[in-house]
Amino acid sequence: MNIVVCIKQVPDAKDVRLDPETNTLSREGVKSVINPYDRHALEEGVRLKEEYGGTVTVISMGPPQAQAILTEAISCGADEAFLVSDRAFAGADTLATTYTLAQAVAKAGKPDLVLCGKQATDGDTAQVGPGLAVRLDMPFVTCVKKVRTIAKDVLTLERMMDDGYDVLEVDLPALLTVVKEINTPRFPSLRGMRRARDYQITSLTAEDIGADSSRLGLGGSPTQVVSVFPPEKKGDRTMIEGSVAEQVDKLAEILFDSAFGA
Amino acid sequence: MDHFLNEDQQMIVDLAKQITDEMIIPNRAKYDETEGYPLDIVETMAKSDFFALFVPEEYGGLGGGCFDTVLALEQFGRGCVGIATAYAASALGAYPIVISGSKELKEQFLPDIATGKKRAAFALTEANAGSDASGIQTTAVEDGDYWVLNGTKQWITNGGQAHLYTVIAMTDPHKGPRGATMFVVESTDPGFSCGPKEKKLGIRTSATTELIFKDCRIPKSRMIGRRGAGFITVMKTLDKSRPGIASLGVGLAQGALDEAATYAKQRVQFGKPIISFQAVQHMLADMAIQTEASRALVYVSAKHIDAHPKQMSKASAMCKVMATDTAMKVAVDAVQVMGGYGYMREYPVEKMMRDAKILQIYEGTNQIQRNVIGQELNKEYN
Ligand SMILES: Cc1cc2nc3c(=O)[nH]c(=O)nc-3n(C[C@H](O)[C@H](O)[C@H](O)COP(=O)(O)OP(=O)(O)OC[C@H]3O[C@@H](n4cnc5c(N)ncnc54)[C@H](O)[C@@H]3O)c2cc1C
Ligand SMILES: Cc1cc2nc3c(=O)[nH]c(=O)nc-3n(C[C@H](O)[C@H](O)[C@H](O)COP(=O)(O)OP(=O)(O)OC[C@H]3O[C@@H](n4cnc5c(N)ncnc54)[C@H](O)[C@@H]3O)c2cc1C
Repeated sequence: MNIVVCIKQVPDAKDVRLDPETNTLSREGVKSVINPYDRHALEEGVRLKEEYGGTVTVISMGPPQAQAILTEAISCGADEAFLVSDRAFAGADTLATTYTLAQAVAKAGKPDLVLCGKQATDGDTAQVGPGLAVRLDMPFVTCVKKVRTIAKDVLTLERMMDDGYDVLEVDLPALLTVVKEINTPRFPSLRGMRRARDYQITSLTAEDIGADSSRLGLGGSPTQVVSVFPPEKKGDRTMIEGSVAEQVDKLAEILFDSAFGA
Repeated sequence: MDHFLNEDQQMIVDLAKQITDEMIIPNRAKYDETEGYPLDIVETMAKSDFFALFVPEEYGGLGGGCFDTVLALEQFGRGCVGIATAYAASALGAYPIVISGSKELKEQFLPDIATGKKRAAFALTEANAGSDASGIQTTAVEDGDYWVLNGTKQWITNGGQAHLYTVIAMTDPHKGPRGATMFVVESTDPGFSCGPKEKKLGIRTSATTELIFKDCRIPKSRMIGRRGAGFITVMKTLDKSRPGIASLGVGLAQGALDEAATYAKQRVQFGKPIISFQAVQHMLADMAIQTEASRALVYVSAKHIDAHPKQMSKASAMCKVMATDTAMKVAVDAVQVMGGYGYMREYPVEKMMRDAKILQIYEGTNQIQRNVIGQELNKEYN
């Protein structure tokens, strides 16, 4: 089975700050990591490969620094890695991103299964998975929390819902977006790290993927960002951390103090 | 301090550190408290190829070097010596096969040890044979195509958790120490069983049990090396494994120093952080000196052993004594620096102090190590 996993490099959520002047994400000095959901997508790909055979190919669209997450993916069990990188891609909205990724996926081979995260922790739209599926002309299921079986090109899976889960069947080839509940991502392995060190990631430019330049980057993006601003602050918020028991104690203490004075 | 590790070695350190920080440290108090076996962590180590480190490449491993294993154990030991012991015991149990096993025996067992599918244990000690290993009373008698084992081993790490045990037994008691032979016993062999888990001062997560052999019947092919060469294999095994115990000591000392120094900067008494008091500074300085010096001796000894010298017992014993005595002292001092808080289970140093003690005892007490070093000196200066 040919499995393609789309992974995105995002700023580490623990580190994210807004630039108060421009109201954009300040990326300077912020560590970049694999989008947390995409770790689960990669893990699921590697597990399915281990169970059903095949290969796992990871693809990321992003600047040259995104190499780092592809290397990490190789050390965690991916077989091949493609970096889709070109100045022409800059400023892409989800429409242009899905177009670019679809061209790249087609270039990387004929997938039986494409896995994405549910959403990216920075862009946060959750549009790329479904958009990509439409362009690849595949059925898709979002928020998958379990792949039960794959038999005769039919995948049986569980889709997370607010009040439980749906059991669905979908024909392959298909695209899934996954939630964190689906698995626990593994650590890298020593063999994987050695392979990743020596592995040559394939870079794909706009030309390599045979893209129509009018559909790329800022020019290919109908979305206009008019302004970005943090929501108006309504009252103070305190995050309570610790175990459930500790949080409850702390909350009770705060409520008590606010009712009766400290 | 920079030890000029190569890329492969640095990877071992980085990955072992990641597993230690993200999995061992957050779970160590739980495993100490429940005394349960850390199966999830051991399986993570296996998936990440750590059990391949001490197995030669031709049998599915990554090389089998002493130094590589030492680097991993130092990190794991920094997190928890109990959990690290569960890992180290497999190396100890595998070494007799690596060192003296036939090609068939290696092919039969080492690939599964390298993947972590099978865990190993090493069984020497008995009720009446501790430091004086020659006092073992477990016997193995030939019966057709089988060996039949009878006797009881005591305090065996990974007892009940291992799938295979490398066991020494008397095959020719009249020959004394030259009448002992090593065997591989599988947990599923008829006549083999394990006692209940012992209750211990420290390393509570690590399983320590009796092994009971009652007409335990194993195929002849399970003999390790020559008949009568059991103690030679035992000595070579321990020479190779002791730097691993030493590195657990380095890791534990580093962990205790990290805790104590961090705390000393935060704790304010008499209007100042306690790290500003010279008495505290000097304790921390001594802890740092001893830890660094131990690390250096352990690394050099492990590299020396990897070069396959004729004589390695002295280096192996020296680094074990130095690093484990250091671990004990540094752990006690870490508790002292942290005062009453250090004594509380809320902080990790009281556990480190309990865990450190075993390092001076198992794989040969530090008194016995000094005997070995002394005997070598006696030979050198003649
Ligand atoms: C209104 C708006 C305006 C924007 N303007 C700009 C802009 O001007 N300049 C700019 O640089 N960006 C801009 N972006 C960001 C950019 O469009 C998105 O980051 C990108 O299209 C991916 O969308 P997302 O982050 O919401 O991913 P989601 O749709 O939330 O991601 C879902 C999954 O899709 C996959 N995926 C997503 N992105 C990639 C990728 N790059 N490579 C591989 N797999 C991927 C992953 O598996 C991920 O888990 C804008 C976004 C929005 C919403
Ligand atoms: C938690 C734990 C795990 C263990 N795991 C294993 C294992 O996996 N496999 C295994 O085979 N064994 C294992 N052991 C056994 C361990 O190796 C022995 O406990 C150790 O070798 C010491 O033997 P002993 O306890 O019988 O002490 P003894 O030999 O009775 O020694 C008692 C004291 O006398 C001192 N002493 C004895 N002889 C001399 C001498 N000649 N000169 C100076 N001082 C001397 C010792 O140093 C010690 O201080 C384990 C023990 C423990 C506690």
